[in-house]
Amino acid sequence: MEHYLAIAVKSIFIENMALAFFLGMCSFLAVSRRVETALGLGIAVVFVQTLTLPLNNLILNHLLKEGSLAWLNRDFAGLDLTFLTFIVFISTIAAAVQVVEMTLDKYFPTLHNSLGVFLPLIAVNCAILGGSLFMAERDYTFAESVVFAVGSGSGFLLAIVGFAAIREKMRYGNPPKGLRGLGIAFIATGLMSIGFMMFAGIQL
Amino acid sequence: MFAWLRSRDAAALADEPRSGKFRWFKTREGAALTDPLFKNNPIGLQVLGICSALAVTTRMDKALVMAVSLTFVAAVSSFMVSLIRKYTPSSIRIIVQLAIISSLVIVVDQVLKAYLYEISLSLSVYVGLIITNCIVLGRTEGFAMQNPPLLSLIDGVGNGLGYGLVLLIVGFIREFIGTGRMFGNQILPTVSEGGWYVPNSMFLLAPAAFFIIGFMIWFLRIWKPEQQEKD
Repeated sequence: MEHYLAIAVKSIFIENMALAFFLGMCSFLAVSRRVETALGLGIAVVFVQTLTLPLNNLILNHLLKEGSLAWLNRDFAGLDLTFLTFIVFISTIAAAVQVVEMTLDKYFPTLHNSLGVFLPLIAVNCAILGGSLFMAERDYTFAESVVFAVGSGSGFLLAIVGFAAIREKMRYGNPPKGLRGLGIAFIATGLMSIGFMMFAGIQL
Repeated sequence: MFAWLRSRDAAALADEPRSGKFRWFKTREGAALTDPLFKNNPIGLQVLGICSALAVTTRMDKALVMAVSLTFVAAVSSFMVSLIRKYTPSSIRIIVQLAIISSLVIVVDQVLKAYLYEISLSLSVYVGLIITNCIVLGRTEGFAMQNPPLLSLIDGVGNGLGYGLVLLIVGFIREFIGTGRMFGNQILPTVSEGGWYVPNSMFLLAPAAFFIIGFMIWFLRIWKPEQQEKD
């Protein structure tokens, strides 16, 4: 149990997707002008991450890894398909996002109205593919990958909502002309990142 | 022979200047190559591809390998997407582009693993993340879908170079101040090795990358005021 707690805390705070690994930065900067839209994107990321990361874990462990196809036929036992990881992961993510979007559209139209615009964006969000690739690199088991998915998604949610709140207040500031917009956003993100670095001292 | 590749319209042809010192850079091909460097830099102005720009810049050799890989993927995928642009139904164009891009990234990844194993280990997941790098998808979707193959190829190279330029500048600052090295060679002798330079390892951490990019954007926009945002 403690092990899973450690993964969760690590993925939310210490190894925050956005602020420590720079993943999902494009949408982090583009969709953080208002807190509500940032919250919408964040929730969509948590949702898609929790869905696709364990799915990719199953695919990796039961279809792609060396010897994992042995259940199909003994001749396949020596087969190593890990070089297909990238294309399989991105297809899984794109397909899952498409299915989620259609399901939401049909059965939960209100939810679709608030999350719908973010879903296509998420298919190419680095945080989602990055999460799956980290899972492959660190050899997580299925249970670990579920915890990591929820943790890394919530870490992104926390970062983007916090950043949007800062940015809303920053609108009243008066930075030099060249820094306005993107420049000052980067510097604010850097300061937030310093704040998150203090979690690095937590030992679990 | 390759006339079909450069199916330019007559109007654009008439616009091209025929004389002058750097006249090639004034043509559409030339503009596609040089505009992304400063005028329309993918990182500085378009806010694309920032994830990897920040993560791989702790060492210059990592930054260089990443820049070359991305330039290759951006150029070849733009070329291929543009080749089949008239046969791609618009409802499935994103997935077609993703399939092309990820196949190319697999090639790059396998080549890196074969010939530059150390660097490919330290780049870890960021090679795979070229797939979702917004520069590549942004160029294939925003440029290659509407333009002939050769022009798209040049545009891909140009944007790769614009990205690589930022990467190398950030990589230089971070590696030089953070460790006193350049491409792994010790330039400033550090205190731990009996020299005088105290490395500022803050520059190797995440926040420094954000600050450096922020300040770079500031300088770029002082130099080119038309890029400033009007809030």
